[in-house]
Amino acid sequence: MMNAQPLHQTLDHWSRFTLRQRLMRYGSMMLVFLVVAWALSSIDVIWEWVWDAPSQMGDLFGRMMPPDPSNLPSILEAIWQTVNIATLATMFAVVVSLPVAYISAQNTTPNAVTLWIGRFILVSSRSVNTIIWALLFVAIFGPGIVAGIVAIMFRSIGFLGKLLGEAIEEIDQRPVEALEACGASRFKIVLYAIVPQVLPAFFAVSILRWDINLRESTVLGLVGAGGIGMILQGAIDTFNWPEVSMVLITILALVVLGEVVSSYLRKKIL
Amino acid sequence: MLKITKLTKRYGSGDPVLKELDLTVEGDQLTSVIGSSGAGKSTLLRCINRLVEPTSGSVDLNGTEFTALHRRELRNARRRIGMVFQSFNLIDRLTVMENVQSGRLGYISTWAALTRRYPREDIRHAYELMERVGIAHYADRRADELSGGERQRVGVVRALMQRPEILLADEPTASLDPKTSEQIMSLLRDLASELKLPVIINIHNVTEAKEYSDRIVGMRYGRIIFDDKPGKLEKAEMDEIYAGVPAMDRAEVGAVA
Amino acid sequence: MNAVKDTWHKPPFIKSPALRYGLYAAVAIYVVLTLATLPIDWDRVSDGMRRAQRIFSGAFPPNFERSGLLIDGFLESLKIAILATVGGIALSVPLAFMAARNISVKPVYFLGRGIIIVARSFHPVIVAIIFVKAVGFGPFAGALTLVVYSVGFVAKLLAERIEEIDFGQVEAMRSVGAGFIPTLAYAVFPQIMPRLVGLGIYQLDSNLRASAVVGIVGAGGIGATLANAFGRYDYDFALAITMVIVGVILVSEAVSGFIRKRIA
Ligand SMILES: Nc1ncnc2c1ncn2[C@@H]1O[C@H](COP(=O)(O)OP(=O)(O)OP(=O)(O)O)[C@@H](O)[C@H]1O
Ligand SMILES: [Mg+2]
Repeated sequence: MMNAQPLHQTLDHWSRFTLRQRLMRYGSMMLVFLVVAWALSSIDVIWEWVWDAPSQMGDLFGRMMPPDPSNLPSILEAIWQTVNIATLATMFAVVVSLPVAYISAQNTTPNAVTLWIGRFILVSSRSVNTIIWALLFVAIFGPGIVAGIVAIMFRSIGFLGKLLGEAIEEIDQRPVEALEACGASRFKIVLYAIVPQVLPAFFAVSILRWDINLRESTVLGLVGAGGIGMILQGAIDTFNWPEVSMVLITILALVVLGEVVSSYLRKKIL
Repeated sequence: MLKITKLTKRYGSGDPVLKELDLTVEGDQLTSVIGSSGAGKSTLLRCINRLVEPTSGSVDLNGTEFTALHRRELRNARRRIGMVFQSFNLIDRLTVMENVQSGRLGYISTWAALTRRYPREDIRHAYELMERVGIAHYADRRADELSGGERQRVGVVRALMQRPEILLADEPTASLDPKTSEQIMSLLRDLASELKLPVIINIHNVTEAKEYSDRIVGMRYGRIIFDDKPGKLEKAEMDEIYAGVPAMDRAEVGAVA
Repeated sequence: MNAVKDTWHKPPFIKSPALRYGLYAAVAIYVVLTLATLPIDWDRVSDGMRRAQRIFSGAFPPNFERSGLLIDGFLESLKIAILATVGGIALSVPLAFMAARNISVKPVYFLGRGIIIVARSFHPVIVAIIFVKAVGFGPFAGALTLVVYSVGFVAKLLAERIEEIDFGQVEAMRSVGAGFIPTLAYAVFPQIMPRLVGLGIYQLDSNLRASAVVGIVGAGGIGATLANAFGRYDYDFALAITMVIVGVILVSEAVSGFIRKRIA
C-alpha cells in the first residue's frame, strides 16, 4: 500500500494528508456545516409538526392497510394507459429527436445557426420538467392522455437529442470520408456511415428513456394528464387510503417490470 | 490520363506542403510515391479527389478539370476516382456486401440505398470482384469480423465497384503484416493491368515499392525529386529523398522562394 | 463454374421469418390501435389552440415585478435541497452497507435492496403527495420527499461502489482482529469517500431540480410559487419563474459538473 502513495505522504506518514489538504477538508466541512445551519435555522417549518411527523406517518400507513383490491380492474386499465403514454411518447420523441440530434452535433450540423437552434431546442426541452410541460399541455389540450403524451414527448426530445448528438460526435470520421471519396450524397453518407455507427447508442438511449418515461407517466394524472395518477389523485382526494396503497403497489410492480423488460431488451439488442 | 500541373497546397497560412508540383500518370501503370513522413504524399493524393482543397494548380483527369468543379459536379466526378485507405475505412457494423456496394452510392437511388436493393448488375459485379480478390464467401459477414488483409480487400473492391478511371491508395499496406502486405501489393499490381487502370500508391516500404511498381516517384517536402523506373532508384537517390528534417528544409526553401 | 450470383439480401436481424413478421405485425397493430383509440377531441384541440395563444400572449413579456416572491421561493427550494441532500446521504450510508452483497448478510441485504427499489420506483411527485397528506403542506414535506429521492439514487450507487472495493484491506484489518466498525472506518470508508462526495454534489443538483417540481403538489419551494402563478392565470409571472428555473438549473448543472471534475 505504502509505495502506491506519493513520497511526501510516506515521509510524514503519521498524518494521512498534507497540511493543504487538511485545511481544505476542514474548510469544506465548516462550509457544509454553516450552510446546513443556515438552511435549518431559516427554513419555514413548524417544528411541532416535524416532531409529530413519525406518528402522523405511522397513522397514515395504518390507514392504508390492508390494500383494497376491489377497484383493481380500473386500476389495471389506468396502468395500461400509462404504459401507452410512455410508449407512444417515446416513439414520437425518438422520431423528432433524430433531426434535432443531427443539427446539434458539431460534426454533422450544416452551419453555426442550425447548431444553435439545435442546442436551444435541447436545453429548453431538458430544463423544463415533465410536470411543467404537462401543466402547459393540459391547459391547451384539456385534461387527458393526449396532454400527457405530448408532455412526455417534449421532455424526452431534449434527453434523446442530447445523448444521440453526443453519440454522433463520437463516431469514427474515416468511413464518412471514404464515402465522400466515392461521390456519395450527404444523405446517403448519413445512411451508410453515420446511422450504423450510432445505432447501438440509439437503441440504448431509447430503451433507457422508455424506462424513465414509464416512471414519469405515473405522475401525469396528478395534473390531469391521464394515466394511473388520475386514480391516485381521486383516491387521495376521497381519503380512500386502502385504494391509495393498492395503486402504489401496482405502480411499484409496473416500474419493476419496466426495468426488467428494458434490461432484457438492452441485452437482446446490444 | 491524370495530369497534375503546378499543384500547390498550403494548410492555413503556413508554408506550402505541395509546391507547384507536376505529375502525369497514364495507362495501366502502378506508380509508387515514396518520401519521408511529412513530405506531402497524403496531401498530394487527397488533393486529387479534393478531400483536401488544393490552393492552386490544376488536376485534370481524362479531360475533366477537377479544381473547377462545384459541389454536385465534384460529387459526380469523384465517382471516377477510387480510393483505398491505410485504415481501410470500412463501416464496421455493416456487412461486407453493403460495404462493397457503398462504392456505388454515387450511382444508385436513395431508395435502393436505404432498402439495400442493389441493381442486379452491381451485385453481379460485386460478386465477380469479391471472387477475384478471394472474399466472396464473406458477403454476409460483418466487416469487423474480418482480418486486416481481408478488410483491405473489401476496401479495394469498394473502390473498384466505382468502375474508376484511376485508383489512389494511401499506404494501403501499412497496417498489415509483411506477408499480407505483399499479397495486397501484388493484387493491386495485377488489378492495374487486368483492368487497364492507373494506380498511385503512397508507400513507406521501399523494397515493396521497387518490387511491385512500374514507376517510382520520390517526394521531398512538396516537390518531386525523383521520377523513374524502380531499377534507377539507387542509394544516392534514396539518401536524397530521405535526407533532412521537414520543417528545417521547408523553412530554408521558403526563404529562397 | 456456373453464372455469378446477381441477387443478394441483407441477412435479417431476426432469423425466423415467422417471429420477424409476427413482431412487425404486433408492433403495427399496437401502434395503430393505441393511436386510433386516443381520445382526441378535435374541437377541444382547436379550442386549445386559442387557449395556447392566450397563454402565450399572456406570458409575454415575462413579468419580474414580484421578484421578491421569486427569490423567496428559490431560497426555500435551495434550503429544501440542501437539507434533503444531507439527510439523504446520512440515511444512504448505512443503507448502502446493508445493500452491498460483499459486506452484508443475506436477509439484511434483501431488506436494503428492497428499500432502495421502493425509493427509486416512486416518482418524487407521488412521494410528495403522500408526505403532504401526512405532515401537511410546505417545505417539510418537500424535504422528506427529496430525502427519499436521494436515498434511491445515492444508496444504490454507493452500494455498487462498496461491492467493488478492494477486499484485501478489509481482510488485513480482520486479520489483526479489528471489530466490524473499525474495519468499516479504516478499510472501507476511505475507499468509498470520493464517490460519496461526488454523489452528494450531484444529488444536490438533482434535488434542486426536483424541488422545483414537488412544489407543484404543495411541497414548498419555487414549484409552489409556480403552481400558484399558473393557477391564478398569471402567465407572465409563471414564464418569469420558469425562465429563472431554467437559468438556475443550467448554472447549477455547470457548477456541479465543475466541482465534480475538480475532485475526481
Ligand atoms: N489537415 C492538416 N492541417 C494542417 N497541416 C496538415 C494537415 N494535414 C497535413 N498537414 C501537414 O502537411 C505536411 C504533409 O503532410 P502529409 O500527411 O501529406 O505527409 P505524408 O507524406 O503523407 O506523411 P506520412 O508518410 O507520415 O503519411 C505535414 O507537415 C503535416 O503536418
Ligand atoms: Mg500520409
